[in-house]
Amino acid sequence: MSEITRLDDVRMDEVHLTTPVQPADIARLRLGDVVYVSGVIYTGREGVYDHVVRRDRPLPAGLSELTNVNFHCSPAATVRADGSYRVEAVTATASFRFGQSMATWFERSGARVIIGKAGLTERAYREWFVPCGAVYLTTVGYGMGAAYGQGIARVRDVHWLAELGIAQAIWVLEVDRIGPFLVEGDAEGRSLFALANREIDARIAEIYQGLPKLALSRFGEVLSRTDEVV
Amino acid sequence: MKIPAKLIEDTARELMARAAIEIPADYREGVRLARDRETGKLSRFVLTEMLRNWDVAVAERRPMCADTGLPRYYVRLGNEAQVAGGLVALERALRRATADATAVIPLRPNRVHPLTREDPNTNVGLHAPEITYAAEPDANWIDVTTVHKGGLFGSDYRMLFPGDGIPGIKRFFLDTLIESGKRGLACQPAIVGVGIGGAKDTCVRLGKEAACLRLVGSRNPDPHAAALEDELTTLGNYIGIGAMGFAGTSMVVATHVELAYTHTGGMPVAIHQFCLSSRRATARIHPDGRVEPRDDPAWFTDYYRRTGIE
Repeated sequence: MSEITRLDDVRMDEVHLTTPVQPADIARLRLGDVVYVSGVIYTGREGVYDHVVRRDRPLPAGLSELTNVNFHCSPAATVRADGSYRVEAVTATASFRFGQSMATWFERSGARVIIGKAGLTERAYREWFVPCGAVYLTTVGYGMGAAYGQGIARVRDVHWLAELGIAQAIWVLEVDRIGPFLVEGDAEGRSLFALANREIDARIAEIYQGLPKLALSRFGEVLSRTDEVV
Repeated sequence: MKIPAKLIEDTARELMARAAIEIPADYREGVRLARDRETGKLSRFVLTEMLRNWDVAVAERRPMCADTGLPRYYVRLGNEAQVAGGLVALERALRRATADATAVIPLRPNRVHPLTREDPNTNVGLHAPEITYAAEPDANWIDVTTVHKGGLFGSDYRMLFPGDGIPGIKRFFLDTLIESGKRGLACQPAIVGVGIGGAKDTCVRLGKEAACLRLVGSRNPDPHAAALEDELTTLGNYIGIGAMGFAGTSMVVATHVELAYTHTGGMPVAIHQFCLSSRRATARIHPDGRVEPRDDPAWFTDYYRRTGIE
């Protein structure tokens, strides 16, 4: 596979995945491919990660066998009076905050495809994703709640609703061509955003030309915490 | 004639649905223009998909984005308007409408206790939803606007000093946009609100109102502010960051600057980005019971921007 070095060179091929996603399908994904998913996916964010990774609580029985696609999101959902569920829209939440948990998460959940917002760093992919054979798909926009909602055929199950609430519970969703998502972290640990950032960073010095340093600095802009901000 | 609280509640419930589902026309047009100008392949794809998402939301009456933000209200009270039961009844009506709308539309119940993270699943709680009031002379109506804004990324406040001047504001503007623009954390292209001056809470409030309550295409009547709006929009789109942080030209749909008189030694600045789901909806409630949907929140009236003593 030839390496893509310019953002505009991505081919954006349309790819259709069914769950559980097989290793061969994962290996074929190229940065910037436009992906649609059919089968079963489940939501999991801070609350779920806290239980599984920090407290070593097993995922609900059968979930790992059913699917290996974990969506960093919570739905705009409601529980009807008769106990049934409505999910009208889904939008991802920023994934960087789960970075430290990913290696343990992959091991305990069996997840191999993460769908989320804004990806992780290339280092995170190399250290935590690649050894587990996992890839990262980013949602588009990021506010495509309605279009993604269209791809949800049915709520199959909701777990841990009482402890975690609607926004943090595990929503197991039957999906039919939910998408589009973009391949952001591939099987070799490359990142689409890293490619974009390299192009953006090339111009940064020029953009700041003629804009002098501010009178008062902030920590983070000084090299050490013993430096002064004035 | 007094305005019944029930009418405010029913109106607010409808506004919540309109805000969550229908993207405001002025912002949509701004994004369409940004898409047409965009040369970055991926950024252009993203904006085309967003335009499609808004069509799906309206056609199927689904929330455009599942992160329905922190729903809040801006209430403009005509000086001669009266609510049956007073402002306490109005506030109760807005809290009820928020809880109902959360279950019915549905909205994501985002509001949790900040320490225990307990979620009442209603978007109502301690200081939630926020209600901001302003008065308007010679009017007997009440304007209710709801805003659903996320806001984990893309907002910042900083105390600058007079010597930092316009270049300092530009520098802070670039810092904020680039920091949250990479990977598209701010969900740009955004309406960027810049509050300058006042005390620190004043400029944070004004910056947010500038982002959320002014139409794309509007200009601040102060020529200094208007010139800065143009310069900042141009600068923001020159960075080279497009939608989702891919290379491109679509970072800023509009920049709105609002000013407040400030401490002689300081120049506080706050920046807010209202995202690709810039959700707001306004209605005017008249004392005769008429409810008039309005595209423009018209929050920044001449009276609101008054400078004189009387």
